[in-house]
Amino acid sequence: MSGAKRLLPAALACASIGVAAQDAKKEIEKYQRMIADSSPVELFELEGEALWKKPQGPKNASLEQCDLGMGAGVVKGAYAHLPRYFSDADRVMDLETRLLHCMTTLQGRSREDATRRVFGNEDRLSEMEYLSAFIAAQSRGVPMAPSTSHSKEQAAFELGRKTFFYRAGAWDFSCASCHGEEGKRIRMQDLPVLYKPENAKPVVATWPAYRVSNSQFKTMQWRINNCYQQMRYPEPNFGSDITVALTMFLTATGAGEPYRGPGTKR
Amino acid sequence: MKRAATYGVLALLAACASVPVGERPKLSESDLSEVYAVLKRDFHARGAATMSRVEPDRTQRMCNLHADNPPAELARALEDEQLKNIPFPAEIMGDWKRGQRIAESGVGLQWSDRPGTVSGGSCYNCHELSPRQESHGTLGPSLKAFGKVRGSGAETQRYVYGKIYNAKAFNLCSQMPRLGLSGTLSEQQIKDLVAYLLDPGSPVNR
Repeated sequence: MSGAKRLLPAALACASIGVAAQDAKKEIEKYQRMIADSSPVELFELEGEALWKKPQGPKNASLEQCDLGMGAGVVKGAYAHLPRYFSDADRVMDLETRLLHCMTTLQGRSREDATRRVFGNEDRLSEMEYLSAFIAAQSRGVPMAPSTSHSKEQAAFELGRKTFFYRAGAWDFSCASCHGEEGKRIRMQDLPVLYKPENAKPVVATWPAYRVSNSQFKTMQWRINNCYQQMRYPEPNFGSDITVALTMFLTATGAGEPYRGPGTKR
Repeated sequence: MKRAATYGVLALLAACASVPVGERPKLSESDLSEVYAVLKRDFHARGAATMSRVEPDRTQRMCNLHADNPPAELARALEDEQLKNIPFPAEIMGDWKRGQRIAESGVGLQWSDRPGTVSGGSCYNCHELSPRQESHGTLGPSLKAFGKVRGSGAETQRYVYGKIYNAKAFNLCSQMPRLGLSGTLSEQQIKDLVAYLLDPGSPVNR
């Protein structure tokens, strides 16, 4: 046993990407360029704008007076400066957490009502996803620059970073298990090393995004939720501090590039 | 606004000068307690995914505290303890055809799985195995022609079974899940995977 234990792991450590895999990667890149030309994201943005202006809830109010951090009703450039600390809620919020806050305060909706269907499907996006498409699009061309001056913003960044490297769960995974090493893939999916600014930047500049493979529009709250599902953890609460902290860690790490989303993904 | 953002980034960099952006921090005991407390508060059990999963066990703790690189003697002690607890079956080689389906399947232990779902091994998510399956990940080493290179002797069978059952018995902070210990795969499923890797008739070795 001890002989095998010494020798075999060394012999195992010779990973290689074959020629076939490289060809497949080129095909995927070609496919990605092709699909970017035929994305329905613009339609989602229009639907989101309509929902932003639609009176809803017990107060029959629209979200047009929602303060996304740059003043009530200001949507231009707001997404590029999230997450940030909001004194009226005394916490750091990302886009969806802030939208949820406005739904409960301005529209008078219950949290239960506003979060009944936060993740949509291929037939219909969720309200949150339509709104995210609209709001994010209003930051196109604006450099991503989440606010990081408040102590709670800094605390969120640090909590997000620690959580990113925290291993637990049924399969012993942290975020870094998949997003911690250069040049790795799950099946054919490339995995960006998200704690490195150069890898985080293109991610931050293109989410939320339309996924062609399943015809769905997805936000960062969904991305984190789905990662934890695949990591075999229990489920993070929508808009919870831990999800905002992870988004703050990612966004601040990948800050600086002009926003060019909502993107189109595989 | 732009100036405010610049100051913000500078303040952030100053606040965490000990660990610059882009570097991996080493988690302390208090960091672990903090993250655990937040996970307990901000996650909920769903389906098969119980809340007990967010609490690190001794192996996970050790790897968290040492950024996956624990002192050799501490690692060796925990590895040996886990090696001793692997319940090796008398007969180790199963059926490679069943093993192939297990290697391809990525279901199991997720909150989205229906109760009673038979888990797969998710092997192709991270490893190259059969040259016929081009859609394979690269997080783990290539296992192409694994049995062809190493043969299928008793020692090798035991090593492969043990590695799949509990990868941490061989390399404490391996990124590979402990597929037997975690209850993901049954004894028979692991035996079938051993055959998929070692049997000369398996596509992995042809």
